[in-house]
Amino acid sequence: MTKKTFSTAINDALHEAMRIDQSVICYGLGVTDPKAVFNTTSNLEKKFGSERVFDMPTSENAMTGVAIGAALNGIKSVITHQRIDFFLLAMDQIVNGAAKWHYMYGGQSSIPITIRLIIGRGWGQGPTHSQNLQAWFAHIPGLKVVMPTSPEDAKGMLLSSIFDPNPVIFLEHRWLHDTLGDVPSGDIRVPLGKAKIVKAGTDITLVTMSYMTVEAVHAANYLEEKGIVCEVIDLRTIKPLDWKTIMDSVAKTGRLLALDSGFTTGSVSGEVVARVAMEKFSILKSAPTRLAMPDVPEPTSLALTKGFYVRASNIAEKVMDMFGKNTSDIKKDLPEPSPHDVPGEWFKGPF
Amino acid sequence: MVHPIDSSSIENSLSLFHQMYRIRMVEEEISRRYPEGKMRCPVHLSTGQESIPAAFALSIKKNDFAVSTHRGHAHYLAKGGDLKAMIAEIYGKATGCSKGKGGSMHLIDLNVNFMGTSAIVGNSIPVGVGLALSAQLKGTDQISCIFLGDGAVEEGVFYESVNFAAVRKLPVLFICENNLYSVYSPLSVRQPKGRSIANMVDAIGVGTGTCNGDDIYSSQKLMQNAVNKVRSGTGPYFLEFSTYRWREHCGHDFDNDLGYRSEKEFLEWKSKDPLINLEESLYKTGVKLGEKVDSIKASINSEIISAFKFAETSKFPDQIEAYQDVYAKEELSK
Ligand SMILES: Cc1ncc(C[n+]2csc(CCOP(=O)(O)OP(=O)(O)O)c2C)c(N)n1
Ligand SMILES: [Mg+2]
Repeated sequence: MTKKTFSTAINDALHEAMRIDQSVICYGLGVTDPKAVFNTTSNLEKKFGSERVFDMPTSENAMTGVAIGAALNGIKSVITHQRIDFFLLAMDQIVNGAAKWHYMYGGQSSIPITIRLIIGRGWGQGPTHSQNLQAWFAHIPGLKVVMPTSPEDAKGMLLSSIFDPNPVIFLEHRWLHDTLGDVPSGDIRVPLGKAKIVKAGTDITLVTMSYMTVEAVHAANYLEEKGIVCEVIDLRTIKPLDWKTIMDSVAKTGRLLALDSGFTTGSVSGEVVARVAMEKFSILKSAPTRLAMPDVPEPTSLALTKGFYVRASNIAEKVMDMFGKNTSDIKKDLPEPSPHDVPGEWFKGPF
Repeated sequence: MVHPIDSSSIENSLSLFHQMYRIRMVEEEISRRYPEGKMRCPVHLSTGQESIPAAFALSIKKNDFAVSTHRGHAHYLAKGGDLKAMIAEIYGKATGCSKGKGGSMHLIDLNVNFMGTSAIVGNSIPVGVGLALSAQLKGTDQISCIFLGDGAVEEGVFYESVNFAAVRKLPVLFICENNLYSVYSPLSVRQPKGRSIANMVDAIGVGTGTCNGDDIYSSQKLMQNAVNKVRSGTGPYFLEFSTYRWREHCGHDFDNDLGYRSEKEFLEWKSKDPLINLEESLYKTGVKLGEKVDSIKASINSEIISAFKFAETSKFPDQIEAYQDVYAKEELSK
């Protein structure tokens, strides 16, 4: 199988969906511009024409409602926004409209739309270009929330999202766009609502999502050297959440650390901790816990984001602490990369 | 054609030159140093669009309010915002105008009532209207100036804000810099062909004026008249200036090679550069004046060098400051 980047995998999925189904359309600011939303929408207009693939006015709310209306008559829209933050202008249409439509009209019509939103961290993106608001959407009944980590899942889950009969919020972490992985060709579907055990283990369950999975695996590899074998569960879908996989794992390990790329209060990780505490209290060997972003807007300055993000070192520290082990070497063993505000050398700036 | 300058307008022309040249040189210095990687935040430069903020600078009072957008350096400077604090902010330093929290897209200088800029398109428009409401409530003669791009008029909040300003006859001056693009998207894919933004706003019930931004004197006249009108209490006014961003949407470079617009289009706009035209006119008017221009340039250039030095040598904020200022602490009086 050929290795492909996460963004190529997204592009593959869009091509595939548009090829097999005439009713799929794709629009958003910049989808037809030369940068093609980090190359995720490349060649779509060329292949499928400007009726089905188009740029749009800077009108996030209206264009979400437009997708709802079109959906009522059988059009499956995939809308893209370069930052989740821009989509906040569309909360009315997505929350008051799309999310509840099927329910509030007695199940008669449904809204099969997919909203691709890019989340991130770092490189001076600052308070309004870096938010990870998955919990907001997960809070709303009727929305599905998807956060893939691997390129294969990105493709397979985007296809599943597009052909899901409900509104799906599809969150892509900017720091994953250039990561490589095997991506099968053709119409591959990865089911929504199913978590993936990316690393099997016996001692503690790490529940994670999206880019945090990368840090979690990094930490788990380190911890293994120290004699703690973590089971790492990549949620992949935030809503509906795959409780069975989590509960089965915790039943085995007796310990839970839930990770999150969003703010701490009201986070998805908080929900995971709550449910595990409620259902597995009697078998837990230590208090379930979580690591998420502080309840602070992300600052812009390079100096202020130092040590600001949850990193492999923080995860390892937390786990060692739960096992009553000495954590003094961790900062030295797992130093924050320098510069700390980019996913890798390739990243040269804001977009 | 470059004409010598009429003796009655020499002082004014020098002021315009000062404003435009200063903005241009600041943006170009950012652009020159940006690849060093020390300014680690997105920057949206106003190179090519300086005439509008320059006209603005000479038309408003210090206590008038202003808000702007992601492309806000020029407006901050034109309002009288502190240059050193702006550069330091872009460098993420503790001495920055937002203490490194906000970066290039969050500029503020309360000493000159420059109230903020936003990284979210359309976000600052109603805020400017609210500032106007406050001036009306307090019975001052302040006006509130709102900078926006052609893309921002596509947001619902724009219509809602203009409508409310009209209903309450608020002292708002909307200043739209129509540079034909929103990121790489031309107007043609975003707004109906041939429909002028100003005409549309006119239909909402707000007085409007339009001007070619390259015509610096007409731009200034229009701006001054509009400011006077708004200050007289007759309600909001909307100005649309045609202009052109020379450099890439976000970042330091040129990007005509991407293909979303043509090199030819860029060169056409560049050939009408109001700054160069004014500079040439000033030189042509006489040797004495030429010397004045030279001294303006020299003083601006050294001001800029020292602003960058200030930014580079300023301290980074302490890590702990990232967690401070989430909530305001001072209790309100009464
Ligand atoms: C609500 C929202 N949507 C999209 C964006 C992405 N964006 C950043 S700047 C920009 C261009 C806006 O164009 P315009 O208002 O004409 O300003 P210009 O950049 O041309 O000065 C866009 C679309 C954003 N910041 N906020
Ligand atoms: Mg524009």
